[in-house]
Amino acid sequence: MIPIDFEYYRPASISEAVESFQYLNKRKKNPMYYAGGTEIITWARTNAIHPGAVIDIKLIPECNVMDFAENTLVIGSCVTLSALSMVNPFPLLSESATGAADQTARNKITLGGNICGRIHFREAVLPLLLADSRMVIAGQQGIRGVPVHDVFLEQMRLAEGEFIVQVITDREYLSLPFVHFKRRQIGNVGYPLVTLAALKKDNQVRAAFSGVCAFPFRSLEIEQVLNDKALTPTERAEQAIDKLPAPVLNDTEGSAGYRKFVLKQTIFEALSKLGG
Amino acid sequence: MPPIELFDSATYSIQFQVNSEWRKVRVRAADTLLDALREGLGLTGSKSGCDNGDCGTCTILVNGLPIKSCIMLAVEADGQQITTIEGLANSPVLQTFAEKQAFQCGYCTPGFIVNCHGLLNIHPDANEETIRIWLESNICRCTSYEEIREAVKSVFAAHSADGAS
Ligand SMILES: Cc1cc2nc3c(=O)[nH]c(=O)nc-3n(C[C@H](O)[C@H](O)[C@H](O)COP(=O)(O)OP(=O)(O)OC[C@H]3O[C@@H](n4cnc5c(N)ncnc54)[C@H](O)[C@@H]3O)c2cc1C
Ligand code: FES
Ligand code: FES
Repeated sequence: MIPIDFEYYRPASISEAVESFQYLNKRKKNPMYYAGGTEIITWARTNAIHPGAVIDIKLIPECNVMDFAENTLVIGSCVTLSALSMVNPFPLLSESATGAADQTARNKITLGGNICGRIHFREAVLPLLLADSRMVIAGQQGIRGVPVHDVFLEQMRLAEGEFIVQVITDREYLSLPFVHFKRRQIGNVGYPLVTLAALKKDNQVRAAFSGVCAFPFRSLEIEQVLNDKALTPTERAEQAIDKLPAPVLNDTEGSAGYRKFVLKQTIFEALSKLGG
Repeated sequence: MPPIELFDSATYSIQFQVNSEWRKVRVRAADTLLDALREGLGLTGSKSGCDNGDCGTCTILVNGLPIKSCIMLAVEADGQQITTIEGLANSPVLQTFAEKQAFQCGYCTPGFIVNCHGLLNIHPDANEETIRIWLESNICRCTSYEEIREAVKSVFAAHSADGAS
């Protein structure tokens, strides 16, 4: 049972959603955009968040598309992770999506919700970082398109009242060679110790990580090491973990030392498979 | 979809089809669907285990798709078609679980049966790998997994035999 009350709004269009947010914000309702709602419900239940209103964006048509437009793939932010995997327009994204939570939960978790969530992992963002995707964002100023790298810096940086409408990826990235490893402490379901997604473009390996630090990231410094042909794959894996952008997580899923060990092995495997 | 009828701040009148019957119920926006089914409609077959989306005992079908009702708001179900374990009373999946004694205490059983029913509808030709992935959404504390696997296998075997004949 959720111990707080909030109001529920169900706009049918992008502009109605943005207007609802402005209206509720002025009335100090602390509104939140609501997609799959899985995180909002679980956090509200434990009193960690206190929205006075939620704005369910699932019925907005633009948030539900999954289609090709010219040379790009357009995915609505409210497409569920299971729908992404089933339709499979971007195999690396499908694989990342299939790694998050479990099949039934993925029927509810959305692409946008996963990326904008507050938990550390946000695994669905990894392929988008690797594929230089663009985010379509709606807010009071209208609709803007921005490279994912400009708005996802450790977490989504959205202005107040903005929400992700769609994610756009160039077709050329969809069929590049890739690997995806999700290493858990135990079993096939649950949060990662280490998730590594990598793809190879123009003979260069690109790699992005989740579960390693307190946020998902792609690091050009790490990629430089991974592509340094003067080093053996083992040396590259060893040097890569010295270039991590933040301290390694140390929690009940695994100690920092264990995570580093697993990370090194995983990088080695990724390089072997991609022929780094 | 028409707007939901708002009573007072945060209380709504919603209608949905539960086990083929249209029902009207008044809910707080912050009520989960699990709360509304159990407390509002007296459908107590869906169990509360973790209330956190992890265990699967609260699984129901929304428009045929398995969903954990503890991580869905009742207001989201407005206008939708819901199936709970009560609606599967005579289903072959339930009967096979009983025949194969795929339970001990039975607390997790409704969730498993609903999920398996959803799988059968959506992927009638599911292979072992798909069955494994889908059933990972449900946890059994009594470790009846062997019997559950047996039951699910024989549900799919019977289904494909029917299809072939
Ligand atoms: C059982 C379970 C297991 C999980 N396991 C994993 C895992 O292994 N890996 C992993 O990465 N995640 C995992 N998650 C976390 C889940 O992916 C996130 O909590 C995600 O936020 C849920 O998506 P949602 O659509 O339900 O989001 P919501 O609960 O609707 O929203 C989450 C946050 O994002 C905001 N938001 C939602 N959509 C948008 C949008 N389009 N634009 C801007 N802001 C938006 C909301 O305001 C809110 O702050 C798990 C969750 C559950 C319930
Ligand atoms: S009670 Fe819903 S998943 Fe556990
Ligand atoms: S039979 Fe007891 S929890 Fe599964």
